[in-house]
Amino acid sequence: MSKFTFLKSDRSNIQLVLITGTFLITISILDVFLNSFFRLNLISFLPSKVSFLTPFIIGMIGLNLIRIEYSGNKFLDILNKNINTSNFNAALTLIIIFVIFKAIPPSLSWMILDANISGDTKEACTGTGACWTYIKVWFRRFMYGMYPNEQHWRINTAFLLVIGLGTFGLFATEKMKKFLALYYVVIYPIIAFLIIYYLISGGYFGLEWIETGAWGGLSLTFIVSFFCLIFCFPLGMILALGRRSNLPAVRYISIGYIEFWRGVPLITVLFMSSVMFPMFLPEDFFMDKLVRVIIAITLFEGAYCAEVIRGGLQSLPRGQYDAAKSLGMGYWKMHIFVILPQALKLVIPGICNTFLALVKDTPLIFVVGLAELAGMLALAKTNPKWLGFAMEGYIFAAIIFWIICYAMSKYSYNLEEKYKTDR
Amino acid sequence: MKFRILAYLFFFVGIADLFIKIFYGNIFSDLTEDYYEIANPILVFTPVLFFSIGGIFLKESKVSLTLENFGTSRIKYYSPQFICLSVVVLIFLFFTFNAQMNMENRGIDFGFGFLTQEASFDMQFSLMDYDGQDPYWWAYVVALLNTLLVAVLGIIFCTIIGVIVGIARLSPNFLIRNSAAWYVEFFRNIPLLLQIFFWYYAALRALPLPQDASPLFGVTYLTIKGYYMPAFIWNNLNIFLYSILAAIIAIIFIRYYANKLRDNEGKQIPVFYISLIILFILPALTFLAGGVSLNFEIPVLKQLSATSFIYDGGIAVPPELIALTLALSLYTATFVAECVRAGIQGISKGQKEAAASLGLTPNQVLKLVIMPQALRIIIPPTTNQYLNLTKNSSLAAAIAYPDLVLVFAGTALMQTGRAIEIVSITMLTYLSISLAIAALMNWYNKLIEIKEK
Repeated sequence: MSKFTFLKSDRSNIQLVLITGTFLITISILDVFLNSFFRLNLISFLPSKVSFLTPFIIGMIGLNLIRIEYSGNKFLDILNKNINTSNFNAALTLIIIFVIFKAIPPSLSWMILDANISGDTKEACTGTGACWTYIKVWFRRFMYGMYPNEQHWRINTAFLLVIGLGTFGLFATEKMKKFLALYYVVIYPIIAFLIIYYLISGGYFGLEWIETGAWGGLSLTFIVSFFCLIFCFPLGMILALGRRSNLPAVRYISIGYIEFWRGVPLITVLFMSSVMFPMFLPEDFFMDKLVRVIIAITLFEGAYCAEVIRGGLQSLPRGQYDAAKSLGMGYWKMHIFVILPQALKLVIPGICNTFLALVKDTPLIFVVGLAELAGMLALAKTNPKWLGFAMEGYIFAAIIFWIICYAMSKYSYNLEEKYKTDR
Repeated sequence: MKFRILAYLFFFVGIADLFIKIFYGNIFSDLTEDYYEIANPILVFTPVLFFSIGGIFLKESKVSLTLENFGTSRIKYYSPQFICLSVVVLIFLFFTFNAQMNMENRGIDFGFGFLTQEASFDMQFSLMDYDGQDPYWWAYVVALLNTLLVAVLGIIFCTIIGVIVGIARLSPNFLIRNSAAWYVEFFRNIPLLLQIFFWYYAALRALPLPQDASPLFGVTYLTIKGYYMPAFIWNNLNIFLYSILAAIIAIIFIRYYANKLRDNEGKQIPVFYISLIILFILPALTFLAGGVSLNFEIPVLKQLSATSFIYDGGIAVPPELIALTLALSLYTATFVAECVRAGIQGISKGQKEAAASLGLTPNQVLKLVIMPQALRIIIPPTTNQYLNLTKNSSLAAAIAYPDLVLVFAGTALMQTGRAIEIVSITMLTYLSISLAIAALMNWYNKLIEIKEK
């Protein structure tokens, strides 16, 4: 009985098992495919409980049959190595394929086939699928908040200008490269602030003044995260240097600051900025809500930034410090000319990740009443003319945020790879 | 030596200060006029300040980093520190002064006396008995328990999902590897708040009404109003718990004995199976002999009015809790998965090969060689993720789950108007949770770190 070769596949009966196995797998996948896409049931003659498991069992037998080591067939070997190494793996493979087949038709029909995009009112949505009309009608609100429609060009221009100035470093000549750090840390934030202040807020040069309460949507996300990033970077640098200082008082103040902000959730910080912070200011001193929120997030993210920069400072070999000191450099000279240029280059990916976290955290400003994208969704959701489209709104927002964050994380990963080879 | 004496002096002052404040200082009542008049808001926290200064001095006395080994002039050593300290103190004084002026103008007294007042608001969901007549401090405790419940549930689920996905990312199976990678990329790059909103407002709203729900696993119902489960009704629960405790102690002893046996004589005994058997048999015995019994209270559909139905009896898990736990665990699991993957990949291939060449079975290689080393890499970043999850659980406020932020920093603050007290209590609570977990994990890291001989 040791030569029971029908179920034990090897190279001697490769033709037979290959044909049988492929046939069985094809049957099993075809059955699920037809079942989910065309609602055809090939094996409807079986009782329902059996027919539910049949494709899986047939597929398992098929995959088991074609699992031949060193078959000599290149394609078969690659297949076996990648999806069919053991029974357990084969089962998982089949389950994943079945789940994908089962999930595609309903989501496809909901998102595209049965969806509506024409028309301007809720009544245009007659299909059973998604109502993209809702997104289309509210699109400007989701992007620009309550900002007046005819003034949207101001936000667009401001963003284009800021981005354009940001790419300045790419075109800088060798001579200018020395000043790039100065440009990005000091000059660029100031210019960007002035652009956004004068262009978006207005009130000067014949531009209509628009209060920050009207700002909103995705553009507010960008404004908040951009300002928080450019302000929290210098703060983080000072704190990181402070934490590595030899002076006990400076060190403990930095440690206390960093650990405090890292220990509390952002939402309580925002609560603090909106209800507790006004109590701490002089009575006749008014500060805009948006400014308070930006300050709060900057203070919060500064602590995280500091830890990232400290990582860069710590990864420099001690020899760099010793060499700089032996040349007679003082503390500031040593840090500005030797330590920081090397350390900051190392922490660029880390800063990117911090920025990513920042962008993902900005929807939280919704809890203090600023209508950022999540806030606009909440507003639109409760609008009596457009009830019942929460799903579409959240999927739309999720897609937008996913694209932004995924692109950024890939970019930061590329930077990491780039600087890894550099050292 | 000078520093150490100073440190103990500060500790003593801190304790004395705390003692005076609790017993004579009236900080828990509203009569604060004759005590700490001008700088009241900041003086409440002086014991903390004294303790931290004492701690700093104690640490510095061990390091002995003083002027001598700083290697420069006296003025360069002291002047920056003096300037920094005075700037910080000035900022604090400025804020305190303003706060005092503002509160005086609005006629608010600073103090924690309100904590004993009647809260007079209700909570939708609580683990302990709570109603509107209870004081604010009890509302705080109940809300804190709700927060901890979400955090613990989230940590359990995110660990399970994260470990599975992390291992799946290293699977030889192409499909599994890539689905795991896509899971990570997908859930990691969407803001958590949006995910919570999605589950709560979109996904869970698509569930059936209570009267249309079909039972899941026979006795549980997943409806738009939450998840209804049968409740356990125990007789002699304490005996059962003691038996579990006894089983755990027995398992610890057996592990200790097995480790000793392995180190001294090289014998291996199947510790895992023995522990499993003990863990099942000891509690099972209490059912037979100890008089423990278990009944189920199955939820029953009840009609409130013509169109309104709920399930009565059993445990009702509110949809807020479901949405929050789902979103938190799915989101944090992506980070945990990356930590697990990095940990396993961080073990060099040579370790595995060396272990295999010694004749260990693949299971033993994983258990005795790979995992102990991988855990050292995995645990610190994973702890950070647990901390993040705990802090992120405060997003509960956005979907009205009664957690610390919503109940205390939301409702209680609106009712009492005591912004400074309430926000600082909330922040200090989160801060102490974070610091406690961090301290615990540092201790654990020290315990498992490589002890070089």
